[in-house]
Amino acid sequence: MSQVALNYLNATKGLKSWFCTLDHKRIGIMYLICIAVAFGLGGFFALALRLELISPKEILFTAKQYNQLFTLHGAVMVFLFIVPSIPASLGNFLLPLQLGAKDVAFPRLNLTSWYVYVFGALFCVYSMVAGAVDTGWTFYTPYSIDSATSVISMTLGAFILGFSSILTGVNFIVTIHKMRAPGLTWFRLPLMVWALYATSIIQVLATPVLAITLLLLVLERTMGIGIFNPALGGDPVLFQHFFWFYSHPAVYIMILPAMGIMSELVTTFCRKDIFGYKMIAFSSLAIAIISFLVWGHHLFVSGQSDYAAMIFSLLTYLVAIPSAVKVFNWVATMYRGSIQIKAPFLYFLGFMFLFCIGGFTGVMLGALSLDVHLHDTYFVVAHFHYVMMGGTVMAFIGGLHYWWPKMFGRMYNETLALIAWAFVMLGFNMVFFTQFILGSKGMPRRYYSYLDQFQPLHAFSTVGSWVLAVGFILMAFYLIDSLLNGKKAPSNPWGAMTLEWQTQSPPITENFLETPVVTHGPYDFGMEKQS
Amino acid sequence: MDTSLQTESLLHTGTTFFPEGVGPFASSMDSLFYFIFWGSVIIFVPLILVSIYFLIAYRRKRENQLATKQMTHSTFLELAWTVPPTILVLIVFVWGFKGFLHMSVAPLNSQEIHVSGKKWFWEFSYPNGNKGIGELVVPVDTPVTLLMTSEDVIHSFFVPNFRIKRDVLPNRYTKLWFEADKVGNYQVFCTEYCGDGHSAMLAVVRVLSAEDYEDWLAEANSGDDLPLDKLGEKLYTSKACATCHSTDGTSRVGPTWKSLFGSKKAFVGGGTATVDENYIHESIVNPGAKVVAGFDNVMPTYAGSLNDREISALIAYIKTLQ
Repeated sequence: MSQVALNYLNATKGLKSWFCTLDHKRIGIMYLICIAVAFGLGGFFALALRLELISPKEILFTAKQYNQLFTLHGAVMVFLFIVPSIPASLGNFLLPLQLGAKDVAFPRLNLTSWYVYVFGALFCVYSMVAGAVDTGWTFYTPYSIDSATSVISMTLGAFILGFSSILTGVNFIVTIHKMRAPGLTWFRLPLMVWALYATSIIQVLATPVLAITLLLLVLERTMGIGIFNPALGGDPVLFQHFFWFYSHPAVYIMILPAMGIMSELVTTFCRKDIFGYKMIAFSSLAIAIISFLVWGHHLFVSGQSDYAAMIFSLLTYLVAIPSAVKVFNWVATMYRGSIQIKAPFLYFLGFMFLFCIGGFTGVMLGALSLDVHLHDTYFVVAHFHYVMMGGTVMAFIGGLHYWWPKMFGRMYNETLALIAWAFVMLGFNMVFFTQFILGSKGMPRRYYSYLDQFQPLHAFSTVGSWVLAVGFILMAFYLIDSLLNGKKAPSNPWGAMTLEWQTQSPPITENFLETPVVTHGPYDFGMEKQS
Repeated sequence: MDTSLQTESLLHTGTTFFPEGVGPFASSMDSLFYFIFWGSVIIFVPLILVSIYFLIAYRRKRENQLATKQMTHSTFLELAWTVPPTILVLIVFVWGFKGFLHMSVAPLNSQEIHVSGKKWFWEFSYPNGNKGIGELVVPVDTPVTLLMTSEDVIHSFFVPNFRIKRDVLPNRYTKLWFEADKVGNYQVFCTEYCGDGHSAMLAVVRVLSAEDYEDWLAEANSGDDLPLDKLGEKLYTSKACATCHSTDGTSRVGPTWKSLFGSKKAFVGGGTATVDENYIHESIVNPGAKVVAGFDNVMPTYAGSLNDREISALIAYIKTLQ
């Protein structure tokens, strides 16, 4: 009995076996560690700037330091954490398993993308210590041309990280096309795979635009080529168009894989086939395509033409409908299921609650006239935190809890998971619901100081950030504890149907003892015999 | 934050979500907001209640329990939750677009005021040649068009009570219009991040009755009767010097004015000088010439914004701050 089963974690030993690994599961774990560190760092910046905002007076930081803090918070959370979060960590681990494959199509490229990520991250870290950048994560010109802070190293960091994202996207697309197990037809794919497929398309098509834009910004700063700089006849608004041409699709790079996780969670914990499989699969692709045509809704007050604004507003509403439909499909999937409320499912419920609020407030922001008032206020800050953190981060954590036993072969403490979830939900709403009211009352974003009358709401929001932090610290504690002391996980603790659960936990290096043959859909749970 | 540029017009006025609305855009915009708000509540609350009902009614009671029904399609349901939301968002789209057009087209008879955004203050130039900083004075019930441009980076002019906002760009004019229908003081914010003084880049719209406005026009730019140092003290706040320079010794974006006159300063790039009348004059009209060590070269020139008497007044005021 003392014999430990051979698996991908203990198959080979030593640091070199990790840093030179071609195993998609190990690369996924390495990404997971980097991403967790990035999330911790970004969260630390968030706590620091919320602390400064507890009062309109100077507490810990000067205006310049505060501006650097919110820039680093945004840049770290977007480029180092949320864009790679689900695809590069969970996606890397899962995709070949869910396809019944031995690895991704290009294992060496996969390892390369991790090294590129680390290399890009080093530039970002260098920018933090060498005169931290203060432009906001959006690098708007001409401010970013004039700023005396280390703009170039941060933009180069984001530029390099983009390549990591492109390489992962290409790898996933080829893997999904070419590596499916026998019998695994397109409509037998788990919806997570569809979501990763749609995400990869955006990564491959949109990221080069960001790369070019950031490169132009670097050239503008170093050589004064006069594309964005009005002093040289350039157009600073052009930068905003270029930037959002990537960064709006990037929002869907963040949310689509989260939606994939949601479909996996609701089916497993309700033992139900998904309601509207094709609808959900195709809506991911529809969102991926339309997402390229809505960037102008970030520029309603920038002076772009009224006709352009009208079309961007209309398209924005078109892209909202598929997201709404998915939410209804998930609720319908719960109908007459066999529902078990475990930690991953709590995060499913958390996502539903918070993402809906993010969606409804998105409808407000998409309305041309209303956006004029709400643009660049705390209302927008609250909105995208409800979507990005209430949506993507909730799903990411839900997915992490769901696949944790598969990744590490250990169970975590359910009671502590429930308590941490309660703290996260309470804290999150305290921080960000308050900001809706602050914003619609007129409080602009990126303000170091503010009108005295806003102080009680700001203070309440700051206290919420501490509650949120307690939830995440508790989570880190019980997850690390589970690695050391957790109960051994069976191969299929939740009774799920997809292929990753049909092999041992943790899987062997080759994933499956023999190539699985698929004969049914991913959510074919069957039902009770009617008595 | 400089309290002279703060108003009480926002948090404690108006409805739960909005400050008091002034002018032609507020009522349509606020109704649209509450239309979406209550529409969302009507969709969201049943969605939550149904989910909670499912959680309770279909809870797993034994380990190997399966679902009692597998349902993967329902044309009726799918149409029911696709078509009505689509219609609703199209209503919202048209409503929002109409409101937006209303804001885009200023009435022909509107009075034009030039707005210039600089790090970190707003300067207003009136048709009669008057100029003011940090305070936009307009008559009530009169359409006003703001013709705006920036001297440096992008700023954005936002008056929450009027529900108007537009980016202010270098090398380009953008426009905003409003018609205040209530006398009072209303808050102006800069809403495009522009650096260290971004949150201090405030202003106040003072809406005056027709008679008060006439009086203001007559009085404005007088101050001729004030002694120089008193005029300087007034200019210190009204020309937004206070945003970056303190008078109590604390260090803001720029050097404090306390004990400034007669002190010896070292400059970025070497060299020192004793602060005298000529140095202060130079620092006002050509701020980049000698930047005090430890500070950034961010101050815009005030050449053209201050006349000779006003510069003399500021020098006189600085002399009193020993």
